[in-house]
Amino acid sequence: MTSPLQQKIKITGPSIVTANRTWDGAVIYRTDAKSWSDELTDAAIVRTADEARALLTEAVADDLNAIGPYIAPVEVEADGAVKPGNMREHIRLTGATIALPAQA
Amino acid sequence: MYAYDEIDRTLVNERVAEFRDQVKRRLSGELSEDEFKMLRLQNGVYLQLHAYMYRIAIPYGTLASNQLRRLAHVARRYDRGYGHFTTRQNIQFNWIKLAELPDAMADLAEVGIQSMQTSGNNMRNVTSDQWAGVAPGEVEDPRIWAELLRQFTTLHPEFSFLPRKFKIAITASEHDRAAIKIHDIGLRLLKNEQGETGFEVLVGGGLGRSPFIAKTIKPFVHGHDILSYVEAILRVYNQYGRRDNIYKARIKILVHELGIEKFAAEVEEEWQQIREGVLKLDQDIIEDIRSRFFYPAYEALPAMPDELKQAAHDATFEAWRKNSVFPHKAQGYAIVVVSLKPVGKPPGDATADQMDALADIADKYSFGEIRVGHEQNLALPHVKKRDLPAVWKALEAIGLAIPNVNLVSDIIACPGLDYCSLANARSIPIAQEITRRFANHDTANLIGRLHINISGCINACGHHHVGHIGILGVEKNNEEFYQITIGGRADEGAVLGTLIGPAVPYAEVADVVEDIVEAYLALRAHPEELFVDTVTRLGVEPFRERVYATR
Ligand code: HEM
Ligand code: SF4
Repeated sequence: MTSPLQQKIKITGPSIVTANRTWDGAVIYRTDAKSWSDELTDAAIVRTADEARALLTEAVADDLNAIGPYIAPVEVEADGAVKPGNMREHIRLTGATIALPAQA
Repeated sequence: MYAYDEIDRTLVNERVAEFRDQVKRRLSGELSEDEFKMLRLQNGVYLQLHAYMYRIAIPYGTLASNQLRRLAHVARRYDRGYGHFTTRQNIQFNWIKLAELPDAMADLAEVGIQSMQTSGNNMRNVTSDQWAGVAPGEVEDPRIWAELLRQFTTLHPEFSFLPRKFKIAITASEHDRAAIKIHDIGLRLLKNEQGETGFEVLVGGGLGRSPFIAKTIKPFVHGHDILSYVEAILRVYNQYGRRDNIYKARIKILVHELGIEKFAAEVEEEWQQIREGVLKLDQDIIEDIRSRFFYPAYEALPAMPDELKQAAHDATFEAWRKNSVFPHKAQGYAIVVVSLKPVGKPPGDATADQMDALADIADKYSFGEIRVGHEQNLALPHVKKRDLPAVWKALEAIGLAIPNVNLVSDIIACPGLDYCSLANARSIPIAQEITRRFANHDTANLIGRLHINISGCINACGHHHVGHIGILGVEKNNEEFYQITIGGRADEGAVLGTLIGPAVPYAEVADVVEDIVEAYLALRAHPEELFVDTVTRLGVEPFRERVYATR
C-alpha cells in the first residue's frame, strides 16, 4: 500500500489529522502538543498543504500509538468552534447515528 | 452439531497463543501496523470507524447452546452487549479492544469457536443451508461436505495467499437457501443416474463492484473427487488470478475473461493429474465426519398435536406460526426461524441477553442447537410441534417472535456508514425506516415475499444486487444517495437486479420503496404473483414511471 505521505496532499479548507488508537481502536485527533486526544476540540488545525503534510508526517511517525492517520476536513465556526467536515467524520466523532441494540 | 477432534482443539489453542504474542508485540512497538495488519486479518480482526471489529466463523451456520452463551459472554465482557450476525454465517463484534482480543479469543476457543480465515485473501468460512440436515427432501446433510472442505482448506498453504478472498457455499436442496450462485464456488449436492452422491459444481459467482452469477463448470463431480476438483479450480485460479489489480483479482473476473469453457478445460487438465492421488476421499473418512455430527433421536410424534390445535385459536400465535415455522424432515417436528428483524432495529443484531435466552430455549426445545442463516436470521432446527406454543411465548418474552420472515421488513443490511470505514452511506437507518413504514403485519402479508437488501457501498456486503429490491449507498457531493435496483434474486434462479433510474437522496429512499410496492400491488396479475415475478413479467419500466413521475 502507498504510504499516506506518498499521496498528493490537497486541502480545500481547515483540516485536521485523525487516526484510530492502537490498543482499543478509538478515534483520536492529532494535537498541537505532538500528542493525541479523543476530543476534536483539541485537534491541531491546519490550513495549507504544507502544514497538513507536516502534521501528517508527525502522526505517521507515531506508529506505536495510532493506526492509519489521515487528513480530514473540519468546519470552523465564527466563534471558533470546530465541527467535522463530512458525515463520515461526524459519525466517527459522535458515534453511530442509530441507537445501539443493548442500549435501553 | 459437530464434535471437534483433538487436532482442531490443538490448532485453535495454538492460534490463540500465537495471536496473544503478536498483539503483545504490536502493543510494545516490536511490530509495526504494516507488519501486524496481515496477522490480524488472518484472525478476523478489522479496523472500522470507531473501533476494531472482530469477525467469528460459525461454520455452516451450526451453533450449540453453550457456544451461543459464550458469544453472549464475549458481547458483554469485551463489547457493548450485542453482536451482529452477517450474511456469511459469521458474527461480528463492533467495539472490541485490541488489548483484550486475545482473552476474548481464548474464551471462545474453550467452546470450539474460532475466527481463522474470516478475513484476508484466503478460503473463508464454508457456508451452507441453515436448514441443513433437517429440511425435508435433502440429498443428504451438506454439512458433512462443508466440514470436509473446512478441514481441507484451513491453513492449507496453497490457499493461504490466494489472489483474493475465496468463498464456497453448499446446498443439498432443490431450493437454494445458501445463495450458491453468488459464491466463488457453489456446490449443489445431487445423485447421478447410478444413485451415486456428487455435486454440480458452479464457479465464478460474486457481488461487489463487478457482480456475476456463477456458471456450471461441471454438472457432476463424484463425492470422492470433490477435494481434488476444488483443488484443481484453486490451482488454476492461483496461477492466473489477477494479483496485479485488486478490482480484477476475484475468480469471477478470471472466469469471465477466459470464458467458462476455457476455464473449465484448464481445470480439467489440472484435475486429471491429481484426481487419483491423495485427495481421493475414502468412504471411511466421509463416514468418520458423518459420525461426528449429532442428530437427535426423533420420537414418533403426531403431525398435528392437540397443543397446536388449541393454540391455533390465538390469532397472534397463528400469524407467527404461519410465517416463521417451516416443515421438518421428521414428522411431529418443525424448524422455527427466529427473525432478527424487529421493527426499527438494526437487521441481524442480537443482544447478549437475547443470545442467552435463545440458548436456554434451544436447550429446552431444540436439542441445544441453533442455526444461523444468510438472511441474518437464526433458526431452531428441531422443535417438537407440540412445543411450538411454548417456544412462541419464550421468543415473545425476548422480543423475537416477529412474524416477518421473508416479508418486506426482513431486510438484509450491511453495517454501512454507521460502522464501516469503506462505506459511502448509511444502511441501517434506511432499513429501520423501511421496517417502520411496513410495521403492519397485515400489510406485509398482503404484499407477500419481498426481499430488500441494502449495502452501504459497492462492495455489496448487503447483497443489494440480488435483492428483489436492492439499495446501494453512493456518495454525491458529500451527500448520501442511493441507487435502487429491482428484480434481483439470490436463489436457484439467481439474477442481478436492474437499476430503475437516478440515485435518490437519503430522505427519499423509504418513499421510493413505498412507491415501488404500491406499483406492484396495482400491477400484479393475482395476489399469489410475487413481487419479483411481477418485475420479471413486466420489466422495470412501469416501476420506473411510478417512482420518477413525481421526482
Ligand atoms: C468492516 C466491515 C467489512 C468490510 C471492511 C468488508 C469488506 C468487503 C469487501 C472489500 C468486499 C468486496 C470484495 C470483492 O469484491 O472482492 C466485501 C464483500 C462482501 N462482504 Fe464484506 N465487509 C465488511 C462487513 C461485512 C458484513 C457485516 C457482511 C454481512 C452482513 C459482509 C459480507 C460480505 C459479502 C456477502 C460480500 C459479497 C460477496 C462477495 O462477492 O464476496 N461483509 N466485503
Ligand atoms: S458494503 Fe461497503 S459499507 Fe457495507 S459493510 Fe461492505 S464494505 Fe462496508
